[in-house]
Amino acid sequence: MSQAKVPAWVNIALIPFLNIMLAFVVSGLIILAIGEDPIEAAGYLIYGAFGYDEGVGYTLYYATNLIFTGLAVSVAFKGGLFNIGGEGQAYIGGLGVGLVCLALDHTMPFYIIAPLAILGAAAFGAAWAYVPAYLQARRGSHIVITTIMFNFIASSLMVYLIVNWLKEDGRMAPNSRTFEENAWMPYLHELFSPLGIDIGDSPLNVAFIIALVCCVFVWGLIWHTRWGYQLRTLGTNPTAAKYAGIDTAKVTIWAMLISGGLAGFVGINEIMGVNHSLLLNFTAGYGFAGIAVALMGRNHPIGIILAAILFGALYQGGSELAFEIPTITPEIVIVIQGLVILFSGALEHMFKDRIEGFFIRRAVA
Amino acid sequence: MTNKTTPYAIELQDISKRFGAVQANKDICLQVPAGSIHGIIGENGAGKSTLMSIIYGFYEADTGHIEVDGKRVDIRSSQDAINAGIGMVHQHFMLVENFSVLENVILGAEGGALLKGGVDAARIELQRLAKEYSLDIDVDAIVEELPVGLQQRVEILKALYRGARILILDEPTGVLTPQEADHLFRILKALKDQGVTVLLITHKLREIMASTDNVSVMRQGQMVAHRETAKTDKEELAELMVGKKVRLTVDKGEAKPSDVFLSARNLSQFDSQGVKRLKNVSLELRAGEILGIAGVSGNGQSELLNVLSGIEPMGEGEIHIAGQVITANAPKNAAQMRELKMAHVPEDRHKMGLVTGFEAYEAAVLGYHNSDTYNGKVLMDRKVMVDECNERMAAWDVRPPNPHLKTANFSGGNQQKIVIAREVEQNPDILLIGQPTRGVDIGAIENIHEQIVKLRDSGKAVLLVSVELDEIMALSDRIIVMFDGAVVGELDAKDADERTLGLMMANAYSEEKEEVPA
Amino acid sequence: MFETLILMLDATMRVSTPLIFAALAGLYSERAGIVDIGLEGKILGSAFAAAAGAAVFGSAWIGLFFGIMASVSLAMVHGFACITHRGDHIVSGVAINTIVAGLTVTLSMNWFGMGGQTPTLSGDSRFLSVTLPFADALANVPVIGLIYSELLSGHNILVYLAFAMVPVTYWVIYKTRFGLRLRAVGENPHAVDTAGISVAFIRYRALIVCGILCGLAGAYLSTAHNAGFLKDMSAGKGYMALAALIFGKWRPVPVLLACLLFGFLDAVAIRMQGVVIPGIGEVPVQAIEVLPYVLTVLLLAGFIGKAIGPKAIGRPYVKERA
Repeated sequence: MSQAKVPAWVNIALIPFLNIMLAFVVSGLIILAIGEDPIEAAGYLIYGAFGYDEGVGYTLYYATNLIFTGLAVSVAFKGGLFNIGGEGQAYIGGLGVGLVCLALDHTMPFYIIAPLAILGAAAFGAAWAYVPAYLQARRGSHIVITTIMFNFIASSLMVYLIVNWLKEDGRMAPNSRTFEENAWMPYLHELFSPLGIDIGDSPLNVAFIIALVCCVFVWGLIWHTRWGYQLRTLGTNPTAAKYAGIDTAKVTIWAMLISGGLAGFVGINEIMGVNHSLLLNFTAGYGFAGIAVALMGRNHPIGIILAAILFGALYQGGSELAFEIPTITPEIVIVIQGLVILFSGALEHMFKDRIEGFFIRRAVA
Repeated sequence: MTNKTTPYAIELQDISKRFGAVQANKDICLQVPAGSIHGIIGENGAGKSTLMSIIYGFYEADTGHIEVDGKRVDIRSSQDAINAGIGMVHQHFMLVENFSVLENVILGAEGGALLKGGVDAARIELQRLAKEYSLDIDVDAIVEELPVGLQQRVEILKALYRGARILILDEPTGVLTPQEADHLFRILKALKDQGVTVLLITHKLREIMASTDNVSVMRQGQMVAHRETAKTDKEELAELMVGKKVRLTVDKGEAKPSDVFLSARNLSQFDSQGVKRLKNVSLELRAGEILGIAGVSGNGQSELLNVLSGIEPMGEGEIHIAGQVITANAPKNAAQMRELKMAHVPEDRHKMGLVTGFEAYEAAVLGYHNSDTYNGKVLMDRKVMVDECNERMAAWDVRPPNPHLKTANFSGGNQQKIVIAREVEQNPDILLIGQPTRGVDIGAIENIHEQIVKLRDSGKAVLLVSVELDEIMALSDRIIVMFDGAVVGELDAKDADERTLGLMMANAYSEEKEEVPA
Repeated sequence: MFETLILMLDATMRVSTPLIFAALAGLYSERAGIVDIGLEGKILGSAFAAAAGAAVFGSAWIGLFFGIMASVSLAMVHGFACITHRGDHIVSGVAINTIVAGLTVTLSMNWFGMGGQTPTLSGDSRFLSVTLPFADALANVPVIGLIYSELLSGHNILVYLAFAMVPVTYWVIYKTRFGLRLRAVGENPHAVDTAGISVAFIRYRALIVCGILCGLAGAYLSTAHNAGFLKDMSAGKGYMALAALIFGKWRPVPVLLACLLFGFLDAVAIRMQGVVIPGIGEVPVQAIEVLPYVLTVLLLAGFIGKAIGPKAIGRPYVKERA
């Protein structure tokens, strides 16, 4: 009841803001420590991310991946599950996309390939999440450990499949052949240019729209369906879930299937949207970044979109920054990401307890 | 009895402790003569455990102080308590289950950075203690493989090994068989003979009468009486324990019980350790009656509610309801029980009845969230839920009447009204209701009681579980008393008085009848 | 055939060394109740700090010192989050891994400017192989010569230290007061608290030991096994050590065996590259590579034995009346 005295904006805005600022301050100190000016760096970063059309395009392209993995992590989180296997699920999801494209691009038109590829991404990603989910729900093995293991298994499986089966004959590079253009997800700049709108060339493609649709889907699913109701009950109060007669094992498995499917959509953006071939390591850590996005976005689709754009901006601005100040590498973005996880995740109680205490005391006084 | 010149083994002066709004202990004074067994008795929530935690350094008292052997001691941690010669046997054992007895005993008193020396010394010392107090045990046995009675013995040995001269036992017989309990009391006598002072916390009158020298009674955070055990009796203690509370009156007419709506036969349930928590309980619940289940909390009532409502699977037995038979092999979960028109207001609304992070209108459909009323084809119909919540809030006088307020932000009474309204408004045939007025303010209590009676009068069957005797007596038409997981008595509400019920709840009633030849 | 086997076992020892250090590190942490998926980050952080220190000061030992300091600092961050602020152990571990992955490259680029590598180490700035006494003399004795001179002799000091750490850990865990309390705190912190011992202090100390061992693992990678730091050079060894820890059921000797098994599989995988087995054909390297992870999943699922970890693992200790 004491929480009644803490205004809502404190939890929704103030505490996340403080956590982010702290992450930025520490990052600034690191930049200072390597002898550069953090303010100047921030300037380049912001310009690179938002200063020109292509920059914005790249920012949103990165954000697309992060929305998918952020949503994936948060759907599981809502059910009290920590899906740390987004990386592997995204990887296998990409396999699904690649197989559909490779199988059909010679024979089928885009409007047949696209839905099948989307289905493939979801099905493969979900399948990869199914085993850890089943083992957690029915055999009690810890989902965190199994999903980590499945990341590695996914990685080896992909190397094997691409190198041994899918590699283009006679080439050294471990890539599949490039898909025909009818299996390419259209770039947004191509869609916009006939309308006379120039948004600058960037890898931003229709997958971004799909990501936004997924946000709406997840929002509706979690807050407006009975299944979402059951998921949230399970995630916040498992005893109440039992009291309500909810089949917790079933909800757990479905939560992970949806989570894995969402992560699999990274394949749509990367494989079908940008690379147009199946290749190694295209997930590039997006699965893990999704954890930061979900934590920062407070597991809400709107928060996740904002957090994904922020991180997307960091990825894109980070490249700009590295170009302008060569002593700062784009990896500084990974550091910031880690710091966000640390402050808004692992150290969430550090500020929260004190700030809430402050407001409670003030309300009492 | 006590030599006035020798100081008390332990003396508490004006100990008070407050948790938020709850005054757990208030101005507690207690004097325990050295080498005596001193009982502390009281109902659940009377503040016994808090007081013992203060003595053992788990909590610090807000005010007051503690003297040991006439010297004031400052107990801020368990280590301080151990240094002052105080040992404690917790209700839930503080043992590392996969350690050997020896390892458990020396933990925290290893006697050096390497274990070898300490272990050898402990082995010898344990042999001595075992002989002196007849506490035989295989010191190399792994604790989790020992029966509960022996595990408790390890706890006692732990305390003695640390040189405890004052031993606190918190509800020590709760987990023991009667034989094990008898053995424990022989051990306590032996300890006393060796000059150890024993503080025995219990709610069982029989144990107090059988083993203590003196007894202190706690009620609502206060010490209300001290007695020499030989000069008091169960009746007096039971009365002191329960107190003369403001009599709750509920305006209700004669019950008109009719058909049996629910019948349970030989229900048993086992916990994860395989201990039988519910023992062959049989009962019948009729339409148009309120059946009260009385008992000190922790005597199987929660298990009974969980099994009847389908939250936990039953171990053995069968439930007959609405023409169906439910057994361990043909179980039904909580959702399926609701379909048989059984509603359930759980004992603990925070743990079970509500999701405190939900808005009120969401919490108001928990368990019924799959019902067509609240669902469209795909999405849940928020408007219907909110409208209905608004109506119910008005009908049940929930304040503030805001369906969008987080459940956590309502007062206890209003939270309870949300839960009861949810269950009652489903128009069930059977209502299971646990601790309906726990943490509810006086005004709301009356309202809740009226609703329960109204439900009965409309021909529904109500099973009421409460640790409040007043409530049981005021509402029930028939009363069943549970003790240690089993039904120990059943009586018509008209024949029930506090004394009888109190004795039954302490499982002392039948003995007394034997004592008085018919 | 025998010689091939010896060579493979020799490789096994080299590959297993960082796994042994890291798995033992995890053992201290997890037996004390702290889940540590940050082993990976600590190894990587130490690998960088050790290589940087060795490059700048020209001494592998000074490098090792820096490696250990870096790793212990990260362990303390983990402790601060998990013990002091009751944070989620997994989230904290992920944070540490992520921060280190970025920071090592950032600092390395900034300090050395070699595309994220440190300068190549040589001479005193690396741990070089040690020839055991009489190794040369015995080299030509059949069987024994191979075993002694090839397999046992000729490793660097950290390899021997890693193997020595197993009995040491066994002794610390089972024979000392610290070990007793550490095991107790991972099983039932309430029992430790009521015995008058500080739960937090024991857990912090366990994390310091964990940090030191991860420091050794990292330093081994960059200053002994390799001659310098490479981006992401820990390459999942921390996670594999975690798998070995689970596979060894949190006990020192079985953990050693798990590390050796995983190391051996690695050595086999390298050997089997392109080798065609009659009747089966070419066994894909990846199939062998994933075996440690597959085996661990099977174990966790209860299909091969049962992995029961410390009971209180992953839960923050909140003092409350029982």
